[in-house]
Amino acid sequence: MKTPHLRAKRDTAESLYAAHNRALVALARRDPRIVSSYGDFPPGEVGEVFGKECPDRIMDVGIAEGHLVTSAAGLAGAGLIPFTHCHGIFGVGRAYNQIRQNVAYDQRNVKIVLCNCGVTWGGLGPSHQVVEDIAALRAIPKLAILSPSDAVSCEKATCAAAEYAGPVILRLPSTGDVYPTLYTPDLDYRIGTAICIHEGRDVTILATGILVADALRVAEELAQAGVSVRVLDMQTIKPLDETAVVAAARETGALVTVEDGTILGGLGGAVAEVTAEQYPVVVRRVGVKDRFGNSGTAAQVKADCEITPPFVRRAVEEALKTKAERAK
Amino acid sequence: MGDAMLVKALEATARKLRRESLFVMKEMGVGWLGGSFSSADVVTALLFYRMRHDPQKPRWPERDRLIISKGHSCEIVYAALAEAGYFPREELKTYSHPGARLQTHVNTRTPGIDYSGGSLGLGLSFAVGSAAGAYVHATDANLAAPVRRYAAKFRVYCVVGDGECNEGQVWEAAANASHYRLDNLTAIIDHNHFQSTGMVEKKMNMLSLADKFRSFGWEVREIDGNRMSDVVAALDWTGTVEGKPQAIIAQTVKGKGLPAYENTNCHFVKITDEMITIGQEALKD
Repeated sequence: MKTPHLRAKRDTAESLYAAHNRALVALARRDPRIVSSYGDFPPGEVGEVFGKECPDRIMDVGIAEGHLVTSAAGLAGAGLIPFTHCHGIFGVGRAYNQIRQNVAYDQRNVKIVLCNCGVTWGGLGPSHQVVEDIAALRAIPKLAILSPSDAVSCEKATCAAAEYAGPVILRLPSTGDVYPTLYTPDLDYRIGTAICIHEGRDVTILATGILVADALRVAEELAQAGVSVRVLDMQTIKPLDETAVVAAARETGALVTVEDGTILGGLGGAVAEVTAEQYPVVVRRVGVKDRFGNSGTAAQVKADCEITPPFVRRAVEEALKTKAERAK
Repeated sequence: MGDAMLVKALEATARKLRRESLFVMKEMGVGWLGGSFSSADVVTALLFYRMRHDPQKPRWPERDRLIISKGHSCEIVYAALAEAGYFPREELKTYSHPGARLQTHVNTRTPGIDYSGGSLGLGLSFAVGSAAGAYVHATDANLAAPVRRYAAKFRVYCVVGDGECNEGQVWEAAANASHYRLDNLTAIIDHNHFQSTGMVEKKMNMLSLADKFRSFGWEVREIDGNRMSDVVAALDWTGTVEGKPQAIIAQTVKGKGLPAYENTNCHFVKITDEMITIGQEALKD
């Protein structure tokens, strides 16, 4: 059922990173166990705002992502709740084993905040874009992965992560950009629950992160053309809301996944796994193919990687066509 | 207890733990003989002399932490924890069995174990985090303050292998520890000169580990890590150092205690009945 907490207009854009830090400082005021750690990056809020409020509870370890993640596990071992920030690619790429061994394996109460996730952060080029964060981390046992889509859900996800007893990955887009605010502040956010933001019968778009706003736009356009599209905001990648996925498969008969990372093992892979076993239907995956990104503005990179709204729309139309052909 | 008596008692405990750990290894048929025996004296002195801990309250928040970064050297630690009363001695017989708390690398499911090992080069980073955390708990402590005026809530001891010092992250941790002046952190390097498949000097010669830690801003002592009086004195010394982490470079002998295996590459070896018999004789009181 469509959430009642969707804003009527998308006339506001905010930074998810700023929203996260706002929530983090508020949490730290209430709970002395909350600490912030990071490795020279990201600039701005995480150091300045948090550091001003809680100078005794911030740890900058320099450019050392492996040490950053393991030392966060050590902070948790001392009874604290670290929120540990780094570039998505270097968290996943340089600290994969540390996330696995020191955080997930021991179920440490560490919240790893991966910034600049997905391919859309184009400014510094493919070396700094992570396309495999969801695919790589989803394979690690007992690790919750949250992928908020706007500032409101990001603030809620930060609070939920703090309350959650165990390791959490919080996946954020570019720290320097703003994105349309989708939800009203009273959003009912729960880890493990997808949010229906557009009701529909013909096909379902399952999107995550900042591309949820694009998915909604496509659904609204297609509604004008008489196509009834359900849109699910897959706020939690793991544990995946399998109930919502299977219901979408059963009730709409065609699924299109949308993400700004690789389709190989990403959200598209996760949805395909669930439906293949539980309710096989047509699945089309929009995301980064088996390739790296390129330098450029977010808009340029999105177009280059074929993840803009026209590509989403084309995938929806293909899925509908295949669904119709199979029904014959 | 006078110093001499204390050392004597600890030496007897170390012998007993070596004997016990041979039986633990026998459960799997193979064992981490070299590293367990080289670090036996350090582990004994930590758990039975230096560390503030309570086997009845393994999760006591203010306990000193023991981080076995060289997580494979677990049999001696299990023997020590059983001896200390963390779990029944009977449980040693479950070592490496499916579902057992005593896994083939130290694991936090075992009472008394604060860190799961197995992936080398990470333990010192974990120890740095915990040592920093001990200061965060000390009210109003400021990690960035130029002068530390607050007492850490607990101390952290990290046993590091010499082979694992090949791993770059050890040195990220070393730099970070002195940057934050974590004087409640002690690293004990079990310098037995052998790693998995050969001598450390032949694999990747790290030259002087003492010089390295010193250059990273640590206070360093080099000792005979298999001489109990040296180990006790060095651990006492760690408590006197202010504003700097401490490294004890413990020169040890791989397989120390079983003469036929000493200074050989006995990293992970088959444990025979004959070894058990010889071991009980060589290590008797």
